[in-house]
Amino acid sequence: MLEIQAHLPVLVVVVPLIGGVLTSLMGRGALPWAWATLVTGATFALTLRLMATLLASGAPHISYEVGNWPRWWGIEYRVDLLNAFILLVVAGVGFITTIYAKESVADEIPRDRHNLFYTVWVLAICGLLGITVTGDAFNVYVLLEISSLTVYALIAMGKDRNRKALTASLRYLILGSVGASFILLGIGYLMMVTGTLNMEDMREQLLRTPDLDHHRTVLVAFAFLLVGLSLKMALYPLHMWLPKAYTYAPSAVTALLAATATKVAVYMSFRFLFGIFGPEFSFQRLPSHLILLAGACLGVVFSSLSAIRQQSVKRLLAYSSVGQIAYIVAGFSLANENGVAASIIHIFNHAVTKGGMFMAVGAVALRVGGTDLKHMRGLGRRMPLTMAALTVGGLGLVGFPLTAGFISKWYLIKGALDAGMWGLIAIVLLGSILALVYVWKIIEAVYFHEPEDPRARDATEAPIMMLVPMWTLIGLSLYFGVDANFTSDTALRAAKSLLGGAP
Amino acid sequence: MIDNALPLLAIAVPLAGALLIGLFGRWPNLRELVTVLTSVSLLGVVVQLIEPVLAPDFWTTSWLQPAYEAVQVLPGVPLAFKVEPLGLIYALIASSLWILNSLYSVGYMRGNREAHQTRFYICFAVAIAAVMGIAFAGNIFTLFIFYEALSLSTYPLVSHKGTPEAVKSARIYLGILVGTSVGLFLPAIIATYFFTGTLAFQPGGVFQAALADGTLTGPVLGLLFVLYMYGIGKAALMPMHRWLPAAMVAPTPVSALLHAVAVVKAGVFSVVKVVLYVFGSASLVGAAQGEWLIYVAGATILIASAIALFQDNLKRRLAYSTVSQLSYITLAASLLSPYGFMAAALHIAAHAFGKITLFFAAGSIYTAAHKTKVSELDGIGRKMPWTMAAFTIGALSMIGVPPTAGFISKWYLLQGAWETGYVFVVVVVTLSTLLNASYFLPIVYRAFFKAPADDHGHHDHGHHDHGHHAHGHDHAHHGDHHADHHADHGEAPLPIVVALTCTAAGTIILFFFPDLALGLAEQIRRGLP
Repeated sequence: MLEIQAHLPVLVVVVPLIGGVLTSLMGRGALPWAWATLVTGATFALTLRLMATLLASGAPHISYEVGNWPRWWGIEYRVDLLNAFILLVVAGVGFITTIYAKESVADEIPRDRHNLFYTVWVLAICGLLGITVTGDAFNVYVLLEISSLTVYALIAMGKDRNRKALTASLRYLILGSVGASFILLGIGYLMMVTGTLNMEDMREQLLRTPDLDHHRTVLVAFAFLLVGLSLKMALYPLHMWLPKAYTYAPSAVTALLAATATKVAVYMSFRFLFGIFGPEFSFQRLPSHLILLAGACLGVVFSSLSAIRQQSVKRLLAYSSVGQIAYIVAGFSLANENGVAASIIHIFNHAVTKGGMFMAVGAVALRVGGTDLKHMRGLGRRMPLTMAALTVGGLGLVGFPLTAGFISKWYLIKGALDAGMWGLIAIVLLGSILALVYVWKIIEAVYFHEPEDPRARDATEAPIMMLVPMWTLIGLSLYFGVDANFTSDTALRAAKSLLGGAP
Repeated sequence: MIDNALPLLAIAVPLAGALLIGLFGRWPNLRELVTVLTSVSLLGVVVQLIEPVLAPDFWTTSWLQPAYEAVQVLPGVPLAFKVEPLGLIYALIASSLWILNSLYSVGYMRGNREAHQTRFYICFAVAIAAVMGIAFAGNIFTLFIFYEALSLSTYPLVSHKGTPEAVKSARIYLGILVGTSVGLFLPAIIATYFFTGTLAFQPGGVFQAALADGTLTGPVLGLLFVLYMYGIGKAALMPMHRWLPAAMVAPTPVSALLHAVAVVKAGVFSVVKVVLYVFGSASLVGAAQGEWLIYVAGATILIASAIALFQDNLKRRLAYSTVSQLSYITLAASLLSPYGFMAAALHIAAHAFGKITLFFAAGSIYTAAHKTKVSELDGIGRKMPWTMAAFTIGALSMIGVPPTAGFISKWYLLQGAWETGYVFVVVVVTLSTLLNASYFLPIVYRAFFKAPADDHGHHDHGHHDHGHHAHGHDHAHHGDHHADHHADHGEAPLPIVVALTCTAAGTIILFFFPDLALGLAEQIRRGLP
């Protein structure tokens, strides 16, 4: 037992890595799914354990040197409150969506590719966890590529339902690769200046670098990273890959991606902007907060307006995700405690809310065969639990009190008040009203229209294997909307340490 | 001493009722019985609070008890409940009128063969639960939650008919109510918390410390006040009033209880509560903010009355009258004087009884004669004497003629105006009284003193007959039934007549026995610092 305890940080990556590769050997039946569930479940248990260990130790962070190489030569895995929390979210949602995937994948993906699907699936989760746990900049890039390549493959698997999944995947591949290479270039320039790849060392070296503001290499590195990360986060107007990717990916993949992928990119931004460059350099000496805020504000307004115009519910929710990510970006670019906390809280809140909603949409795809508004009409009576989940999640997107979305907005507005930015408050509230409009489109179709699709007319409630994961996520979004002490406390502590400059 | 957990029961009773209504949806008689029983037991719960609230030592004992905290949502921001006199007035009116309204609903919904009746009764009960939450909220956050719940739960009631027009109006309804609350009310609440660190209600307001140490300046306080007043869209202060006429597409029982009593009173109740217990007169007067509200409310009273004058649709005329009457309450509160606050509290009660009577009458006319326009009402008083007598009493109360409840609140409002020396208010009240008389009395005159326009009736009759023939044989009986109505309709179904007689009687009883309302209003005055 002691052995495991000491190696927890690396195990959260190694277990899904090896487990993922083994999935490909599992044959055709339900075995690949069962194995993937086991692996992601074990990983989730490890992240829980990791969080407990961290909290019990009382130390600010746990450092783990892979292969016992000192951190300036080898790779250091480093866990503090912030990434322990993100690990928990990614692994938890990963596990829950894996359970959910069974029925959905059986319906949407041909049987002979199930083992490959789950292989790629588990590897994608592995990559996301790796990015979160590592303290080594180059390792971030490697794991980013693992997660990106696997995600391209996962999106492309939607091709059996709609061939457009292939172009959606290609589009994401191109834009995603551009983003990843920008990140790589940024890391390379940083290494040129600091002579190290370890994030903690990078920070220390940058602190010692004289005249940082006019150091061209550092500025170029910063610019590359900012653009690359914004692309990966899908910050407006670099979000162009996201709507199609979410729309045409298999339902389970959309749920996983929406809940985790962009969130991990946000986490990377925390590490680079706050951890390595430091909040003072990133947000006071350089005007990056203005760029980020502008992107966020435009994102909130324009993506919500786009969402209102959609007929496909998946695409509507995808645009809504762009808007919700914009809130997250707006929060941390305020660079004050409440704002950063709002970001961290919203990473979790949006993960469970949107994950749950996409699960509900996936259930409609299974029962009705389509996910347009016209397919949803009149489902309120036929799939009451699924539609209730969709409704509760939707109210969360609007930020109704007693849903998790309200808590995020509360802290975001407090952060904006601290910064004296009344304009941002206006944007946030405008965003809520626009969100109400697109959510209400769904609610009206579901509850106040008669079904027109013949399959919708005799649709039945989603299978229990879908309902349980769906309501687990939606239930979490409700629970943490009614009693937000855990999330807000964790987020405030993590925000404090980020602003203190700890990597 | 008060059991501050009792409000939880007041919320739980209608919610449990909603559940049972849903379960018994297939058996209409049982379902309606549950509705009526629920409303009676709710009143039973609320009535228990009267005695402790009227106790002379209320403000020194019961009020100082900590609020009942159901759950701590955010650090320092609990979901809390606390009973105080203004909330009790609101809860008493809503719960007692719900009983009569349930009775009326049975007659109306059956008489008009409305669809989705189970959904109707469920949403109604949920809305009442939200009303109880608003009435007994222990802080603004809790009030806000139930305020939003009320908006959402009444949407299906407004869009009940499902026609494109109904859906469009319901969207306006929800859009304005949620838009103003999320866009203005919520930021005001968060800013309040930001400046004061508390969201609790306190007589005298919560801003004094922040104003004293300079973290909050007068203009910012003024801005917050604007946000609150316009954020509470349910108070229908112009130009945020459009949702109320839009809501008139709803079935009449909804217009009667929700859009004359529960929802609109949730608005003005919140306004009074915010003025009394969040700002407090001292802060507003000290910072020289808030006087604009007197003029905006005064203007709303006059403009809405003027619009009402030109509405031919009876329910729309009543809706604009409501917009105007709501601003009486806002106006009274904005005087920031003891008599003003009493007038606000009393007018919440007086207007409720009068306006619900008027709506009941409108629905009664619609059910019996299928008429919706003022111009069609010639001579209807002879066929529907009970309905039109009740209508007359309601109208007199709106105008403020004794012996009706409207007189009492107007009396206190004028006293408040003299007390504070606002001649403008006296002028507004006088003018609006004239306007009220000129859009209500012609209806009464038409109903009782004009001969029925026979030509018009025949034409209508023929048209309907034709329509029903087209439907074929099956509907022949139905067609006859309708034709009967038009040829020689009498009074509306008995439950409707009983309900509107009771509320009309209530309007008069409130004039002769105003002890309870006055006692509670007096209790509010005593709580002023």
